[in-house]
Amino acid sequence: MSNPAFRLKPQLCASTWRMPNLTWKAGLILLAALAISLQWATLFAQEAVPARASALEVLWQWIPYILEGFALNLGMSFGAMAIATVAGIFLGLGQLSRLRVISWPSRFVTHILRNSPWLVILFMVMYLVPFEIRLPGFGKVGLPDWIKATFAFSLPVLANISEILRGAVNSIPKGQWDSAESLAFTRRQILWEIILPQCFKRMIPAWMNWYALLALATPMASILGVRDVVGNTQAAMEAAGARPDLLAPFYLFVMGLFFLYIYPISIWTRKLERKYAIAN
Amino acid sequence: MPDWIAAFFADLHTQTGLNFIIFHDDYEFARFLRGASLSLQLIIATVVFSLVVGVFGAWAQGAKSRIIRWVMDAYIQIFRNTPPMVQMLFFYFVLGAYVPQVDAGGYYEPMVTSFGWALISLGIFGGAFNVEIFRSGLEAVPASTREAAESLGFSRWQIYLYVTLPLAFRISLPALTNNLVSLAKTPSLAYVISVPEMTYILNQIRSDHINVPEMMLVLFTFYIVVVTLLAAVLHLIERKLALPGYGQ
Repeated sequence: MSNPAFRLKPQLCASTWRMPNLTWKAGLILLAALAISLQWATLFAQEAVPARASALEVLWQWIPYILEGFALNLGMSFGAMAIATVAGIFLGLGQLSRLRVISWPSRFVTHILRNSPWLVILFMVMYLVPFEIRLPGFGKVGLPDWIKATFAFSLPVLANISEILRGAVNSIPKGQWDSAESLAFTRRQILWEIILPQCFKRMIPAWMNWYALLALATPMASILGVRDVVGNTQAAMEAAGARPDLLAPFYLFVMGLFFLYIYPISIWTRKLERKYAIAN
Repeated sequence: MPDWIAAFFADLHTQTGLNFIIFHDDYEFARFLRGASLSLQLIIATVVFSLVVGVFGAWAQGAKSRIIRWVMDAYIQIFRNTPPMVQMLFFYFVLGAYVPQVDAGGYYEPMVTSFGWALISLGIFGGAFNVEIFRSGLEAVPASTREAAESLGFSRWQIYLYVTLPLAFRISLPALTNNLVSLAKTPSLAYVISVPEMTYILNQIRSDHINVPEMMLVLFTFYIVVVTLLAAVLHLIERKLALPGYGQ
């Protein structure tokens, strides 16, 4: 039978975060929504007080300030991803360790951090990490909120990267371990020279998915007073007179910013996913 | 609350200064319970609502009309590629403004509460992922099965409801479980629109009693326990319903 029943196409179910047929349609709709909301807002503004600046003018005026916040979001996402990648790989290797003293705590930490919401981890880190620490040789070093938030965002991602690494190592056929062992490789050599190089390639799509999720989570930092894109947007709306007609265009603008940034990453991830799909 | 628990935590407070006030003060304990129950309601309602969105969405994606498919595609892309927190703010502040007010006995309140908006926005967000998962499950059901049902005189809707969907559901269970577990963690986001669930309540209690580390520990533990239990239940269902003879 060349076509068995109930066979899932591997590329369809390889990842929960797979993208459907990607086009620029969605972006167009978002743009259209922004345009409609602006039109709507203008309409209301003219009905109320003709002299008032239209929502579009207000938004235009505040765009540099909002983009400044967005830059902080990008910075936090890069920093958190760098921490998460390095720490996640070590934690993942810790999970694979033969020593129970190392593997059990690694599994425990991975489990805990994977199963708690981002916002809860963010609250914990923001409230429990002091705002300045004493480093030997540097004296007191201040920890601004955004650095603490970056650290907080890296925690759930590093646990997931640890889990991805474990999954990738386990997906390598066991025969490779045995044959490498028969060629007198040590365990460390097998892991670093044979297994991991194959794993890293397989991990790239999942790694990028987590980057996208991380970038989408960074606006949460605004809840704790970090002046990121949402924080700046809300401050801008406040400064412009807290008019209700500003809400739709401003929030849609923020959504549009993220969409423009994340959507190409999603397309790229999906391409790589298909490229590296494990043939079977 | 049993007396010995209250006594234990009151003792802990006087001995060590660790103030788990929610476990030795009746008023705060009631607040804690209300927050916990609202959190659980929100989690369960969100999961169920996202499943409904997923089933209807997957059905709409297989529709003959190009416009419907186009709209579904756009919906999935927009909700997957924008921050869920901003989506929630948008739903609550922007769409919430257009919802009519109802008379609640002397004063007016919006027809959709903040709980309602949290449920709607999270359900639609999670649903965008479920649509995809169900669709890949539907595609995995072989055409010959559908043809067999057709030859037995089933109508199109009957085939979907009695043949394709149950099979697709069981095929897509592993992916679905993963997504539902990660969706169960998002209701803490409802904090931004002041839904008095666990995150919000514990933040209030810690500002009332200045016992930040203790309350953060309780919050952290609460979510880990709830999410771990939910994951265990879902995995149990997954094992019970797994199609025999496939996978490990």
